[in-house]
Amino acid sequence: MANDPIKQFKITDIFTIGGAGEGETGGFEIAFTNSALFMVITVVSISAFLILSTRGRGLVPGRLQLLSEMLYEFVANMVRSSAGTEGMKFFPFVFSLFMFVLVANLFGMVPYFFTVTSHIIVTFALAMLVISVVIIYGFMRNGLGFLKLFVPAGVPGYVLPIVIPIEIVSFLSRPISLSVRLFANMLAGHITLKVFAGFIVSLSSLGAVGVLGATLPFAMTVALTALEFLVSALQAYVFAVLTSMYLNDAIHPSH
Amino acid sequence: MASSTNSAHEAATGVFPPFDPSTFGSQLLWLALTFAALYILMSKVALPRIGEILEVRRDRIEGDLAEAERLKQKTDQAIKSYEAELADAKQKAHNIAEETRDSIRADLEKKRAKVEADLAKKMAAAENDIRETKEAAMGHVEEIASDTALAIVTNIVGRTAQKATKDAVAKVVKG
Repeated sequence: MANDPIKQFKITDIFTIGGAGEGETGGFEIAFTNSALFMVITVVSISAFLILSTRGRGLVPGRLQLLSEMLYEFVANMVRSSAGTEGMKFFPFVFSLFMFVLVANLFGMVPYFFTVTSHIIVTFALAMLVISVVIIYGFMRNGLGFLKLFVPAGVPGYVLPIVIPIEIVSFLSRPISLSVRLFANMLAGHITLKVFAGFIVSLSSLGAVGVLGATLPFAMTVALTALEFLVSALQAYVFAVLTSMYLNDAIHPSH
Repeated sequence: MASSTNSAHEAATGVFPPFDPSTFGSQLLWLALTFAALYILMSKVALPRIGEILEVRRDRIEGDLAEAERLKQKTDQAIKSYEAELADAKQKAHNIAEETRDSIRADLEKKRAKVEADLAKKMAAAENDIRETKEAAMGHVEEIASDTALAIVTNIVGRTAQKATKDAVAKVVKG
């Protein structure tokens, strides 16, 4: 069924590496899927754009170089304002995350393109990466002092037995909320778009009245497309801001 | 394509693709590879380069601003020294005028003093002369008077009583 709104999320193999055949080898079979293809396209696009646009190292930037510089300063200011100067050592990490999510989201807006971030495993892996960095760096920098993260300052002692479990649960739910937020936004947006676009087709097959009626879902689709572009950029921003704030917790656990 | 994969199979059976665990391994692997590549490219190539561009530009702007500030200070200094010079020159001109006026006035004063002193001296001399003349005249009065008196007395009395006349005259004159 051509209008199946779920089909766009299906992962199909493009080619496989290793594994001589189906269910035969003991070795690994590595499938290069449409998802992997778009990850590669995303990474290549980002790198090519940033590296080529700054090739001239112009004192007075051209348009493309200016765009690269704006992206750099945007993320740099974000990291500096939420995680402080010390957080700038994570700047390449946050920048990579931001650009990866942003460009993957935006590529997803192109018809027939696969949306990498519409798969929970991808967003969850990114979120776990963030939380792992927070935990590992937090303990490396502060030792056991990192556990002060769970003890808010200025809270009277008798409330602590209640507050500490809440803090722990909220910390543990961070990777889930971080990943589900991005995943659900992309998934829901694409399904909605597809459903409304499908209405256009099915309505216009009903004749003249249907075509007239199809203008409504068409207008809706146009509006939703604009909204989805906004959501794409916004979710990348939210992901990066939350990452910066979590990194700030790793650097300054006693808040 | 011969790759009748698990994912295709399971999607057909109705598993929601994002929750299909059979695709997780492949996605995680490629995500790890691509994200690692992105991170390395960003942290080693792209970001240092952009950072350097921005740094160079900031340095340049700061340098230019400092240079402008330096030039401005120089200009201010030049203006200040010009003004000081001007004030100095004005002061000097004023001084010269004042001096000239003073010297002329002093000269005038001196000349006038000299003339006045001269006049005073002359006046004093004249007064002296007058007094001397007067004194001399007054000195002669007694003699003339006694002579006159003697002559009168001689004429009247017929004889001369020189001594008595003189005494009487002197008495009158003194009296």
